[in-house]
Amino acid sequence: MTARPRRPVLVMMSGGVDSSVAAALLLDAGHDVVGVTMKLWGGPSDTGCCAVSDVDDARRVADRLGIEHHVFNFGDDFERNVVAPYVDDHAAGRTPNPCIECNRHLKFDRLVRRADALGFEQIATGHHARVVETAHGPRLARGVDDAKDQSYVLHVIEESVLRRLLLPVGTMTKNEVRAIAADLDLRTATKPESQDVCFITNQHGRKAFLGDRIPLRSAVVQTSDGDDVGRVEAVELVTIGQRKGLGLAGGTDPRYVIDVDAGRGGQPVVTVGERADLAVGHTPLESWRWVGRVLDDRELSFQCSAHGSPAPGRVIDGRVEWAVPHRKIALGQSIVAYDAQGCVVGGGIAGRLPL
Amino acid sequence: MVTIVRDEAPAVYLDHAASTPLRPEAQAAWLEASARLHANPTGSHRAARAARRALDDARDDVAAVLDRPSSEVVFTSGGSEADNMAIRGVLGARGGTAVCSAGEHHAVLEPVERAGGVTVGLEADGTVSPDRLADVLRAEASVSVVSIMTVNNETGVINDIPALVEVTRACAPDAVFHTDAVQAMSWLDLRTHVASADLVSITGHKLGGPVGVGALLMRDGVVLDPLISGGGQERGRRAGTPDVAGAVAFASAITATDAERPEARRRLGALRDRLVAGLRSQLGGRLMATVLDGGAPVAAGIAHVIVRGVEAEALLFLLDAAGLQASAASSCSSGAQDPSHVLAAMGIDRMVAQGSLRLSLGHTSTEADVDAALAIIPPAVERLTACGGG
Repeated sequence: MTARPRRPVLVMMSGGVDSSVAAALLLDAGHDVVGVTMKLWGGPSDTGCCAVSDVDDARRVADRLGIEHHVFNFGDDFERNVVAPYVDDHAAGRTPNPCIECNRHLKFDRLVRRADALGFEQIATGHHARVVETAHGPRLARGVDDAKDQSYVLHVIEESVLRRLLLPVGTMTKNEVRAIAADLDLRTATKPESQDVCFITNQHGRKAFLGDRIPLRSAVVQTSDGDDVGRVEAVELVTIGQRKGLGLAGGTDPRYVIDVDAGRGGQPVVTVGERADLAVGHTPLESWRWVGRVLDDRELSFQCSAHGSPAPGRVIDGRVEWAVPHRKIALGQSIVAYDAQGCVVGGGIAGRLPL
Repeated sequence: MVTIVRDEAPAVYLDHAASTPLRPEAQAAWLEASARLHANPTGSHRAARAARRALDDARDDVAAVLDRPSSEVVFTSGGSEADNMAIRGVLGARGGTAVCSAGEHHAVLEPVERAGGVTVGLEADGTVSPDRLADVLRAEASVSVVSIMTVNNETGVINDIPALVEVTRACAPDAVFHTDAVQAMSWLDLRTHVASADLVSITGHKLGGPVGVGALLMRDGVVLDPLISGGGQERGRRAGTPDVAGAVAFASAITATDAERPEARRRLGALRDRLVAGLRSQLGGRLMATVLDGGAPVAAGIAHVIVRGVEAEALLFLLDAAGLQASAASSCSSGAQDPSHVLAAMGIDRMVAQGSLRLSLGHTSTEADVDAALAIIPPAVERLTACGGG
């Protein structure tokens, strides 16, 4: 074997179609590819992540492609950095996104450190996003398939990781990815996508999961004038904009949650109002990190949920000033800023906007 | 940069405790028996009688190695079935409480825990203390089965089965004593070591027989609910058409293992000691010889070490890439490494236990294997230590 030395790539294989095709494309491009599946959650799961069947799918795709496949158990790291904060956030009346924390701490930190230790210069995933070179360094950009773009949940990737990250399916539509998988006869070609939080089962849900770990507290539901209009069993499960499950009498105009006060120690209160009360001129930022360079006061585009529509605004004095009134954002949700080229330029966490 | 050794490259296999290569004589016996003895041994014709005779001969051979009557040998699909049969069989027939050590193989631990049984912690040296077992047995009413393994599959620690049986007889006279001796056959003469146990699990693939065949030794008079009922095979204790070729090959392997044991213990024990001494001299204080310095007797071919500050999962990856095949703790069904319940039961901190490495030798191990391991392991440890542990 006198082939030129090839730089090995560690590709994260979740057992889904995107990462299967990512591995195949890298192999086709001449890389020395090793597949890895992270075992993160040891408890029950029916939402299509971390389950043994997904590990099987990843392994069988790797077998089919003729590449090595390994499983790394990062269960302790996952519990510490994703599950425990998820529970704490709910207890504090926040609305966390555990997938973002998993990306921050597991996929693009713990696994990267493991890759370093094992000698892999490059890592790859099957995410729908792209790494683009700009005058200011590498940036994460939206994937070509608008409907599948995952740059929002990946905004936490550090620049040093972007430099060594390959995202081979980011330049493709999901249909193209599935076509390649079908063409290669990969068993994941028609596998449905995972949608939900991997450690919350559809069968038992968020309430049972949280209830096993923290005491759930009931809360009065009030109007902003202080009139009691309903009651919820668990303030931890209520989020801004919610309409249902508030114990409200029928016959009135629809009412929405406009504030959640978890009232640490005291009585928690959920405040409801009209749809118009959800519109705000600005959103406070609890934390914010610019990617590379500060773009305060610049007109940027902000996305506030995984598949939300971006809205124009500016970061001024630690808050996002919206160009047009924006729907109120739950405490704890991530806000990601994009420039006109669709590159992630900053990101952070929404703070609580008092009534 | 990783250099990945491809499948065709020669590998150093130090994972015999997980499964050891088939012995040539066992393979020959299997091939011969599977070709010649095709009939169902429960039939009434000449072919059936031939199969029946081979099965009974195999049963005699297995019984002889344990110095038990042939009627006590129940062939199973392996160690896990034998363990389940012992625990669930006693509980099914008699009810009561099951007691086992916290360091048992999952094939014992899970049936015991599922039935609401009680576990006895391990001592710091990895053994089960007869005194501690006695305390548990005195505190529990209606103990019907006690299960303590002969040799621990992760650490290689040997338990004092005669003493453990003795306290069981004294403190829970009605209880059945079971021992999982799956890891023991290569290292201990089970004629004496487990002579007083009522039930003994053994299996083929840890001693050079095929995977998929083992046995439960059942003292006459012990009543178990069968796990598998049906055609009354194995005297009604385990239904299903007997695996004649498997039993023949198992008998061949266990007979060879028994004959070679004194020499194997000496030879492999010396290799193991050289391996550990070599690792110690190269890795210094980073190497912790988990049980080898603790005073408890340890099976000759098993070296369990903990490399401080290193994650076993990363270490195994690098070793595998360099052509060395070993293991850490037990692997879960997904293939990921789970934290060791054995080391936890010994009181070893979970973070420390992450550096576990089990190097286990067997009948094919050579001096060259030890040389290779000593050349491969230290640089891999260096690399991981330089990278924060992996």
